[in-house]
Amino acid sequence: MSTSEVSPVASRTGGPSYRVVNDWSIQVATVNGSGSQTANSVLMRSIFQMGVPVSGKNLFPSNIAGLPTWFTIRANKNGWIGRKKEIDFLIAMNPETAREDVLKLQEGAAVVYDEPLKLNELRSDLHFYPVPFDKIVAPVCPDAKLRKLVKNIIYDGVVAHLLGIDLEEMRKALYKQFGARKAKAAELNWNAILAGKKFAEENLEKKDPFSVERMDETKGKIIIDGNAAAALGCVFAGCTVVTWYPITPSSSLVESTIGYFKRLRIDKATGKASFAVVQAEDELAAVGMVIGASWAGARAMTSTSGPGISLMAEFVGLGYYAEIPAVIFDVQRVGPSTGLPTRTMQGDLLSTALLSHGDTRHPMFFPSSPAECFTMAGDAFDFAEQFQTPVFVMTDLDLGMNNWMADPFEYPTAPLNRGKVLTAEDLDKVAEFARYRDVDGDGVPYRTLPGTAHPKAAYFTRGSGHNDKAAYTEREDDYVNNVDRLSRKFETMRSWVPQPEVLVNEKAKIGIICCGTSRYAVEESRDQIMREYGIETSYLRLKAYPFTSALLDFINQHDRVYIVEQNRDAQLMALMRLEFPVDALAKLRSIKYYGGMPLDARTVTTDFVTQEGL
Amino acid sequence: MSTVVAPPPAPKKVNRIGLEVLPYRGAKTTLCAGCGHNSISERIVEVFYELGIEPWTVAKMSGIGCSSKTPAYFLSQAHGFNSVHGRAPAVSTGALLANKNLRGIVVTGDGDTASIGIGQFVHMLRRNVPLTYIIENNGVYGLTKGQFSATADRGSKQKSGVINDMQPIDCCLLGIELGATLVARSFSGDKKQLSTILKACISHKGLAVVDVISPCVTFNDHEGSTKSYSYVKDHETALHELSYVPYYEEIQIDMAEGETRDVTLHDGSHLRLKKLDRDYDPTNKYEALNAIHQAEDKGEVLTGILYVEQKRDTLLDMLNLVDEPLATLPVERVRPGREALDMIMEELR
Repeated sequence: MSTSEVSPVASRTGGPSYRVVNDWSIQVATVNGSGSQTANSVLMRSIFQMGVPVSGKNLFPSNIAGLPTWFTIRANKNGWIGRKKEIDFLIAMNPETAREDVLKLQEGAAVVYDEPLKLNELRSDLHFYPVPFDKIVAPVCPDAKLRKLVKNIIYDGVVAHLLGIDLEEMRKALYKQFGARKAKAAELNWNAILAGKKFAEENLEKKDPFSVERMDETKGKIIIDGNAAAALGCVFAGCTVVTWYPITPSSSLVESTIGYFKRLRIDKATGKASFAVVQAEDELAAVGMVIGASWAGARAMTSTSGPGISLMAEFVGLGYYAEIPAVIFDVQRVGPSTGLPTRTMQGDLLSTALLSHGDTRHPMFFPSSPAECFTMAGDAFDFAEQFQTPVFVMTDLDLGMNNWMADPFEYPTAPLNRGKVLTAEDLDKVAEFARYRDVDGDGVPYRTLPGTAHPKAAYFTRGSGHNDKAAYTEREDDYVNNVDRLSRKFETMRSWVPQPEVLVNEKAKIGIICCGTSRYAVEESRDQIMREYGIETSYLRLKAYPFTSALLDFINQHDRVYIVEQNRDAQLMALMRLEFPVDALAKLRSIKYYGGMPLDARTVTTDFVTQEGL
Repeated sequence: MSTVVAPPPAPKKVNRIGLEVLPYRGAKTTLCAGCGHNSISERIVEVFYELGIEPWTVAKMSGIGCSSKTPAYFLSQAHGFNSVHGRAPAVSTGALLANKNLRGIVVTGDGDTASIGIGQFVHMLRRNVPLTYIIENNGVYGLTKGQFSATADRGSKQKSGVINDMQPIDCCLLGIELGATLVARSFSGDKKQLSTILKACISHKGLAVVDVISPCVTFNDHEGSTKSYSYVKDHETALHELSYVPYYEEIQIDMAEGETRDVTLHDGSHLRLKKLDRDYDPTNKYEALNAIHQAEDKGEVLTGILYVEQKRDTLLDMLNLVDEPLATLPVERVRPGREALDMIMEELR
């Protein structure tokens, strides 16, 4: 078996024996709303079922139908499933973008295209496969109205032939996609796949080097998007109240939660719900309801994106000072207002850490995979109740809305950590209840829930102006005592947040740090840096803020440390600047990407090489 | 050693559940002497004491402003939450989602409800959140020293002499239009009527909105103001004479045919509306809207139970929640079993 390594500069027009197995990317260019999602999912899943590590990314416009959309699939035998910029195999279905899409390809790439587009006239250094989609679809889909939707799936059959995808896997993927209830639609689509395959067999001569071969690297794994994973995490973490306002790319997190709630959390005997979901009038109300519900003792969450986080600022500050738990998912995207709401970014790290006015600091978790979306959702509820403070789970559009190959989720067995809550029986045993007193020296006070039937239970909740008995005060010593205790609480959090993933290479002088979805590019980039430049690097992936001592240790262990992040202003590094000594800060360098696409390894490697002067 | 026998202490005055008035009181008010809001706080103390409601079953909620300080001045044994300006509806809604057994009482002002929080107010109305929602309406911003609020009447004069030219927002009209199921207006100086209305609100199942004209003695009690004590006293027009018979008391007096209307409230209490100038039917939405508009045209401050509707589901009904509060459900009730997760994982393979 020949499995040549392909570096981006290498020629891909080798002799007839030149083959690239399980290491390529496919891009499908279609029109938003044309039903290509099914075709793309089936294509991705059939490669997955052949045991080949794979990822799928949907690059879509902020539009219901009509604008161009691209879906990229990357298969990689080494398990690199981050974005790859170079496209090896283009499926050009959209006349509007076809020309530009073809011109962007590197030489040696393959192009399946709708025959009337005559794309083969554009370049001579590519492998072209014209397919008359309209002619093929007519006989398999007698209903002319459905043809537009069925036409797309024909390319699955064509690509199955060209890449060597097992047709039986494609059939399984298709029927899984449609489910038992839509057997008729599945059959219609299956016939279209067969027609595509038959056309390709009879008319297309394989010229490109790309192919798929069976592996055993996906066994037991699942395919899921990060939003659905986080939703499952909430449902299994005992979340009971969800209040939200729709916003891309976060809406599907709550919609998935609602779906799983209805399936798993309705009492079979009574038909009653152990959850409440309210679609609020805006993000202010959504987080206000979460604060109210958490104050009254529920595990409550909301999910939003950057613009919503901005609106929540005042309430989050109150949550910090009044010490009320809250779980807030921020599925980060680019910028405010009309702009790039369907593009990904790690753009809210700094503003969220310090959200609101006065002195505020908020814990943030950084999941990087669906499995971490699941576990960190649970961790966030425990953490919010343990520390009585709003907690942010910072995912992004790339993780939240794209389909990921993932490890299956482990059932949570730990009991729920409901924090320091005094019941009526507890109050009988204490001489005095002072809501904001640091009884245990960890900065975390005790609370009672409204409705607790005890004369000592009640306290009055307000913002920053309270003493340790929750009484109103404007005295400077009371204020200072309180905010100093809040600092102690923040310090305590450092030993409770998820610890970073650390890979220290004894030979390495250089360390690389990232968080969240940047990991895919960074891990692959470290491999590129090693293979192409022979440089060993150490690696630290942050899973949470506040930082733990492991981060400063890591920086101290290396001569230079690169912080890779997906924003313009090096926000993660800015958070380190707030607390680290100057000698540590002097070692920090920044690799930033902020174009809105998922970060890719080559971008990281190129920037690293430039800064290193290699 | 003394052998003098101390006289037995005088029996303490208690309510029907054996509590003294003290736990129904709160901290000493910090509002201006004579502020209408203080009278309203007194009525709240009185009503909860008289009805014999356990104070710890109540959640006292507010936004920001003079009015929002007042939950600290009543029911010291109830949890209170002085939240964010205009956002008491959201916080209160959340608290009830967590614990449907709480009795929510919300105190807001006209700035809270009619300006910064009007979005939350109208959406709370739509949802019929089961709360007693009091608007302490004085037409001005007191804490920031006397700017007009959105409920200031057209032609009303500010202390500085500025006349309000803009249309006021009538929270009762909004309440009736957008889904509150009990809507009333009262005057902080009318002790009996306000107490009776508050008792009716507490006995009501859905959202009760009470707009209480509550004069600001410092910034809006002068000649030319339409929210001054003297103006409201001169212009108050009561729709009916109200009385309330709690569910735990027997009705003593028979109603005179055609003179009195009886509304049986959700908890079995009775609200009795004795006819004054006209026979007013508070269950008729169109009549209610008409009466409010006509009173406005005549410059009258129309008070009483403007509207009551008892059939509509509350937000909590619509959510079909389990009987126990969501907040304290044990883990077995809120974490699905291992087999449920296994099945979902299998579907995703």
